[in-house]
Amino acid sequence: MTETAPRTLFEKIWDDHVVAEEPGAPAILGIDLHLVHEVTSPQAFSGLRRRGLRVRRPGQTVATADHSVPTHDRSLPFLDPMAAAQVRQLDENCAEFGIPLHGIGSPHQGIVHVIGPELGLTQPGMTIVCGDSHTSTHGAFGALAFGIGTSEVEMVLATQCVLQRRPRTYEVRVDGRLAAGVSAKDIILALIARIGVGGGTGHVFEYAGEAIRGLTMEQRMTICNMSIEAGARAGLIAPDDTTFEYVHGRTQAPRGRDWDAAIERWRTLPTDDGATYDASIVIDASSLEPMVTYGTNPGMGVPISAKVPAPADMADPGRRRALERALEYMDLRPGEPILGRSVDVVFVGSCTNGRISDLRLAAAVMKGRHVADGVRMMVVPGSDEVKREAEREGLADIFRDAGAEWREAGCSMCIAMNGDQLTPGQYAISTSNRNFEGRQGAGGRTFLASPLTAAASAIAGVISDPRRLDGIEATSQLGGR
Amino acid sequence: MNGPFTSFTSGLIAMPAENVDTDQIVPARFLKVTDKAGLSEALFHDWRFGAGGRPVDPAFVIDRPEMAGRRILVAGANFGTGSSREHAAWALVSWGIRAILSPSFADIFRSNALKNGLLPIVVGPEVHERLLGLAETDAEVAVDLEAQLIHLPSDEDVPFEVDPFARAMLLAGTDELGYLLAREPAIAAWEAGHPPRVDTRASPA
Repeated sequence: MTETAPRTLFEKIWDDHVVAEEPGAPAILGIDLHLVHEVTSPQAFSGLRRRGLRVRRPGQTVATADHSVPTHDRSLPFLDPMAAAQVRQLDENCAEFGIPLHGIGSPHQGIVHVIGPELGLTQPGMTIVCGDSHTSTHGAFGALAFGIGTSEVEMVLATQCVLQRRPRTYEVRVDGRLAAGVSAKDIILALIARIGVGGGTGHVFEYAGEAIRGLTMEQRMTICNMSIEAGARAGLIAPDDTTFEYVHGRTQAPRGRDWDAAIERWRTLPTDDGATYDASIVIDASSLEPMVTYGTNPGMGVPISAKVPAPADMADPGRRRALERALEYMDLRPGEPILGRSVDVVFVGSCTNGRISDLRLAAAVMKGRHVADGVRMMVVPGSDEVKREAEREGLADIFRDAGAEWREAGCSMCIAMNGDQLTPGQYAISTSNRNFEGRQGAGGRTFLASPLTAAASAIAGVISDPRRLDGIEATSQLGGR
Repeated sequence: MNGPFTSFTSGLIAMPAENVDTDQIVPARFLKVTDKAGLSEALFHDWRFGAGGRPVDPAFVIDRPEMAGRRILVAGANFGTGSSREHAAWALVSWGIRAILSPSFADIFRSNALKNGLLPIVVGPEVHERLLGLAETDAEVAVDLEAQLIHLPSDEDVPFEVDPFARAMLLAGTDELGYLLAREPAIAAWEAGHPPRVDTRASPA
């Protein structure tokens, strides 16, 4: 391998994990960490059994139950027998194949993309896969992390490898600093609005620039998490001191001399001077406002002070039809302001915005205030650890005192598999990642936004600009690690 | 495991909307299954069925009587965007779809489709427009993976690109896991020079 040509972060990780590449075939890529959950794994385990195969590397595999688990009182039984059966099957599969499981009742249960970083399993330079598209989250650590289908889950269980064609690279440079009340979620929603939900197809993003360097790890995770919503295979951020500080001391983090060796290795990962990308875009963070989506994919977003776009203004007939259909589904009119639209439900949580710093931001807004009459607010911590920490810091009390529901950890209303869902026609403002038709319950309508915007809207009962709240400047200091 | 992918001829089903996401192909509440069977009812469920599970009126395109038996979907750009759920490919195959012709596909969906004997074919805008028109008639189109051609009723052959590895797998009816398992020595050799970064079995504090 020549070391002379400058390489990007992506290229370094890729080169380090190519097991073999035969002519005409995709690369065989070795995988450092395989995350497993109940929804996309049962058929893969059945496949192993059918072929008489074992799990090749149980020590590089870890499972949790997150998608279909109830978030009400955990001492109560599942209301949905199919969800119960699915979670039971995960228990059985993990026991049979020797895979560590942080299931219900474990102090480490939670959304798979929240617990990986929390346990220190997510580390720079690794390859990480999971049968879940939001695996891109782990790219915040400078790990090449991407979602796979169930056939690939089976392949990774059996061989600890996947077959991949090398994706192209795409630099997303975010210059400048965010204004108070504007956060990581607004950066990523603005990017997707700019390039569209297919804009990143076939590429791996690398986020760079002053604004990205200034973000905490949890904010970086929010950005990388939604790389898939622009169609990208993965999103990466170069590891730096912020990254190392976050990883240091976590359960699975290297210790002592291993830590020193790891740091030395990790410091070689950032993109070399002179390395080039296949595509690039520049965004000015200082010009960004809080973003809100108005439509039925994450690319249909606007600055909060903007109006709902008009199909008549769309030159492309495909785009025009899509917008017409989206506005019909959302029951919104072209040209009406987004600010002031009433909401029925406020959801704070998910692998995008369900970490402790997200809850701190929402709680800072809710403190001493109350959820508007007729509005249901659900706060769902991303993991059991986030839940304990939020309770320790008094955030849970702030939410409860404000009239919000404080629930158990899981994916909850982001994917609405577990009974936490909208009823037809309801509007939610949600800190999750997808506003597809029916995503939060059949017939439900979703506005995607940041935790600050969601909390401000909960108090007002209508979509509200968090920058107008007293004391909003102080929230800039609440990022955490 | 799927049998070998053979050439076939079929009528077309038009679904011109762009960015059809996998939540529309199979809504999440149908993901609680633990096998691959029986997902054809879930396919495009919330576009096909209204309140109380009754079919919408007029019927959604795949439920129109003249579409019965058609095996080719002509879809809008970026088909299969969103989640990684392979249930989307399973449901399409279970319903009977064998090929999707579209200007573009989302990456994970394309990969999942190819592993289930479902052929995603990228077509140019002009051909796409013509195919959408043909879907309103009972015209049939032939898909020949071996020759990498779509044969139109006008007797034209339209060539298409397909990953040569995926093509070989489809034509042979074998799967990628078999390919990987046969390369165990290479995997073991790589592992020997790449120590595990973590051990998930070490019990958390």
